[in-house]
Amino acid sequence: MSGTGARRIRVRVEGLVQGVGFRPFVCGLAGAYGVSGFVGNDPGGVFIEAEGEPSALDAFTAGLTAQAPPLALVERVSVEPAEPVGGSGFRIVASRRGEQPDGALVSPDAGTCAACLRELRDPGDRRHRYPFANCTDCGPRFTIVTGVPYDRCATTMADFEMCAACALEYGDPGDRRFHAQPVCCPACGPSLRALGADGLPAAGDPVEVAAGWLEAGRVVAIKGLGGYHLAVLAADGAAVAALRARKRRESRPFAVLAADAAAAGTLVHLEPAAERLLTGTSRPIVLAPRRRDAPVAGAVAPGARDLGVMLPYTPLHHLLAERLAVPYVLTSGNLTDEPIAYRDEEALRRLAGVADGFLVHDRRIEAPADDSLVRVFRGRELVVRRSRGYAPAPVGVPWRFPRPVLACGAQLKNTFCVARGNQAFLSQHIGDLESYETLRSFAEGVEHFCRIFGVRPAVVAHDLHPEYLSTAYARDREDVDLIAVQHHHAHIASCLAEHGHGGPVIGVAFDGLGLGADGTLWGGELLVADLVSFRRAGHLEAVPMPGGAAAVRQPWRMAAAWLDRIHGDALPGLAVVGRHREQWPAVVRMARAGLNSPLTSSAGRLFDAVAAIAGVRDVIGYEGQAAAELEARVDPGERGAYPARLIEGEPLVIAAGDLVGAAAEDVAAGVDAGRVAARFHRGLAAAVVRAVRVVGEGTGLRTAALSGGVFQNTVLLEAVVSGLERERFQVLVHSRVPPGDGGIALGQAVVAAANDRR
Amino acid sequence: LAHGAGGKASRTLIEAVFVDAFRNPALQPLDDGATLDLGTGRLVFTTDAYVVSPLFFPGGDIGDLAVNGTVNDLAVCGARPMHLSAAFVLEEGFPIADLRRIAASMAAAAERAGVRVVTGDTKVVQRGKADGCYVTTAGIGALERPVALGESQVRPGDAVIVSGPIGEHGIAVMIARGDLDIEADLASDTAPLHDAVAALLDAVPVRMMRDATRGGVATVLNEVARGAGVAVTVDERAVPVRPIVTGACELLGLDPLYVACEGRFVAVVDGDHAEAAVAALRRHPVSEGAAVVGSIEPGPAGMVLLNTAFGGTRIVDLLVGDPLPRIC
Ligand SMILES: [Fe+3]
Ligand SMILES: [Mg+2]
Ligand SMILES: [Zn+2]
Ligand SMILES: [Zn+2]
Repeated sequence: MSGTGARRIRVRVEGLVQGVGFRPFVCGLAGAYGVSGFVGNDPGGVFIEAEGEPSALDAFTAGLTAQAPPLALVERVSVEPAEPVGGSGFRIVASRRGEQPDGALVSPDAGTCAACLRELRDPGDRRHRYPFANCTDCGPRFTIVTGVPYDRCATTMADFEMCAACALEYGDPGDRRFHAQPVCCPACGPSLRALGADGLPAAGDPVEVAAGWLEAGRVVAIKGLGGYHLAVLAADGAAVAALRARKRRESRPFAVLAADAAAAGTLVHLEPAAERLLTGTSRPIVLAPRRRDAPVAGAVAPGARDLGVMLPYTPLHHLLAERLAVPYVLTSGNLTDEPIAYRDEEALRRLAGVADGFLVHDRRIEAPADDSLVRVFRGRELVVRRSRGYAPAPVGVPWRFPRPVLACGAQLKNTFCVARGNQAFLSQHIGDLESYETLRSFAEGVEHFCRIFGVRPAVVAHDLHPEYLSTAYARDREDVDLIAVQHHHAHIASCLAEHGHGGPVIGVAFDGLGLGADGTLWGGELLVADLVSFRRAGHLEAVPMPGGAAAVRQPWRMAAAWLDRIHGDALPGLAVVGRHREQWPAVVRMARAGLNSPLTSSAGRLFDAVAAIAGVRDVIGYEGQAAAELEARVDPGERGAYPARLIEGEPLVIAAGDLVGAAAEDVAAGVDAGRVAARFHRGLAAAVVRAVRVVGEGTGLRTAALSGGVFQNTVLLEAVVSGLERERFQVLVHSRVPPGDGGIALGQAVVAAANDRR
Repeated sequence: LAHGAGGKASRTLIEAVFVDAFRNPALQPLDDGATLDLGTGRLVFTTDAYVVSPLFFPGGDIGDLAVNGTVNDLAVCGARPMHLSAAFVLEEGFPIADLRRIAASMAAAAERAGVRVVTGDTKVVQRGKADGCYVTTAGIGALERPVALGESQVRPGDAVIVSGPIGEHGIAVMIARGDLDIEADLASDTAPLHDAVAALLDAVPVRMMRDATRGGVATVLNEVARGAGVAVTVDERAVPVRPIVTGACELLGLDPLYVACEGRFVAVVDGDHAEAAVAALRRHPVSEGAAVVGSIEPGPAGMVLLNTAFGGTRIVDLLVGDPLPRIC
């Protein structure tokens, strides 16, 4: 094909270009522009040699970015000239393995595409009702990848040899399964089985058997993409209750899977942004306001205003949803506080006694991934738990990491982050590191990420808290430079990183607890911060937490500490005091004596105190429950706001006790919890806005960044953002990176790099 | 302040300051006492300083605490406690009646343990330069059994034994401070352990023993796991804790595994002899509540894992200093 003016170029494409149909796309592009040559994968991404007329080569090169497939993320295309060799045709060549992978990326798992779904429903198709159908646009990726480069032999599909028909599709540049690594069919691919509680196979079509179990009120374990789930019919109150009892999960809401967006619309009110997220390829759980008449048992999400809904993301989930025609609860297959089960033997063992039956298959899961969880804020995504469908997509930052970084994250809701070049890879949700199983999955996850991204960490970042197990893990790494990053500095830095902003900004970090630079527990902080360092410019008034961790589990203790601070011995006639009459005096004395009562400026604990005073929640069953339920109670019609003084000084102090005192007076006067919750949210937001204004006046800074788990609360977030905008601040909020501790590793990584650059 | 809590911080302090300064082979293992070979026989030598507030508490006072503590340090090294010294630092104006009371309880404790206080010293410092009264005791004991005890003897398959209900000293003292204004029928567990230890050594092959003082049983178990390069697994339901201690710990937000004892020890014994070990201990009043609480496993090395009543596995870490919540 090369004419007289033919030139040849060597092209390198970096970014998320493996496992997303990029090589077939390049073949198609080459055909369209009459370019000859070849394309292949290597650990650095995609390499291409192309030969043709200069104008054709230019169009070809431009098309690599402009026309890339939907799941691809092209970060860099570099071109260098080569000697023309003639020849014709364009082909895919074998992958090359090299020493220094520096650009190849493993993509996240993607929900079943429309074309595959059509085949699934087409009785004439050879993949009719085949639960493992996929193509270059959809299917398993991160959860089955064992190494790089992304090739079938580096996935758990290596266990299955392609049949002739599949091999033909795989090798045909015109086919939508051209070089789709997990390609398979009923003749050659994984198969489904239903197993009874005893682990023995049940006769019949496995989907039909499992559907029958669910309809009979049983708990069924289903092996999905990133691990085992437990399912019951969402409308079956008794089954939901049984699931709660067996999973030992008393109150944390369950997510519900609906067959399609229309079915989801009967469960929750879906604004357009929510529907877009629900139907997108990431397929997260979307939190949306529950419909009053939703056909869902009360025990699915007790005390919550929102309901988490998701759509099927594998053919298996589609088949089951279509067969049942009613929504089913889908929750991670584990006991409370343990990581999701994903290895077959272990899952059968751990879920014995929890599940009445198993719907399983023989494709191994290499990396576990829980379902992701998102909310909608101002028409944009607000990721609360970033896991399946998101990880391990890189977070691009406009700075380079001088040396490879591992950031170990926090203790709870842990994620870690490995970073190199200008990319940071935030891990899937790992969980709470208290349990050994979770710590092990953390350590295995770190090794897996380092392997698939070719990173050997030289700098290891960790939290300032010496007893986080992630900190202990960091300190046990050998031959690395350690950097301790203060918890709330990391929160603000993660928000900055998401926006590619280098600071300085006025950071508002509101969360549960993190160890402060002064040895007290912070959590309601105003930090003047850039990526290198921070100054504590202000904070919520600090109070003792009587009993330390016990005060986290029992929000009423925070009520006791605050009310004692405000009123001393003369407590008003509040119901919360009566409910804890026996322990109240001892808890107050502990607070006064400082007996296991560390001081905290935490916003989360402030929410706890108000939730208990308002009669919303005294004792929690999961982290953040009291605050979430207080938010759910907010009366949207209420316009009042409790006033709170600012106590000027260095640092500035927000007199949070004013809010608590006003709430207590209202409650004692019989004002309902909805109005108290609203006045508290609005009062706290107003106080934060005024405090930011004061810090802005002192520093000249006009940008604020909001981070920390408390800003998952969209009522508070909206009030603070709109207040700051009225004051003409530029406001940075989270979207793709969680504001909570699930995003903190990214902040640690960029702070470590900023200090490494100096 | 954190350096007194008995966990990682005090260990770091000891290693950074004293081990370095006094470097010698007898000090190196950082056991409760040093074993010295004098040619005519082996002796164990130990010393400990005692500070406690309040000085008098249900079940004891600083005096018997100082005697029992040193007796116990000698005993868990396998020695028969013999002679003690006692040194006092007194704040000017400290009531002589209180000092008499302390001396009397020391004498009673020495009598009970079969040891004699053979030498001593007293210093008085200015008012405000000390908190009433501090006592330092040192002791020597004879190593009459041909035992080899220590973390290096611990191996997978061994059983972990606690000699009685835990946490009573720490909670009794906390209540006695009066901050809580609660009343509880609870006394410190302070007691001499030499008879129970001797009975155990006579009954079964013992790998190592340690009294669970500051930092509680959790700290001892971490020392075992780290020192021996093994995992220690503990069954939460098997750990003896009196309901009154459980209740107080719930109120205080403390984990009984980390609360100090003054009359309890942890023993690691040959796993095949676990029941015999417990039976031998239960014949003595100070260890009638002995129980097998766990076992030694090959890995994960250096870790203490608690199998919880809920079926999970919680990591029992060495505390760095005063406990701070890790929950966010
Ligand atoms: Fe946090
Ligand atoms: Mg000692
Ligand atoms: Zn597809
Ligand atoms: Zn096939």
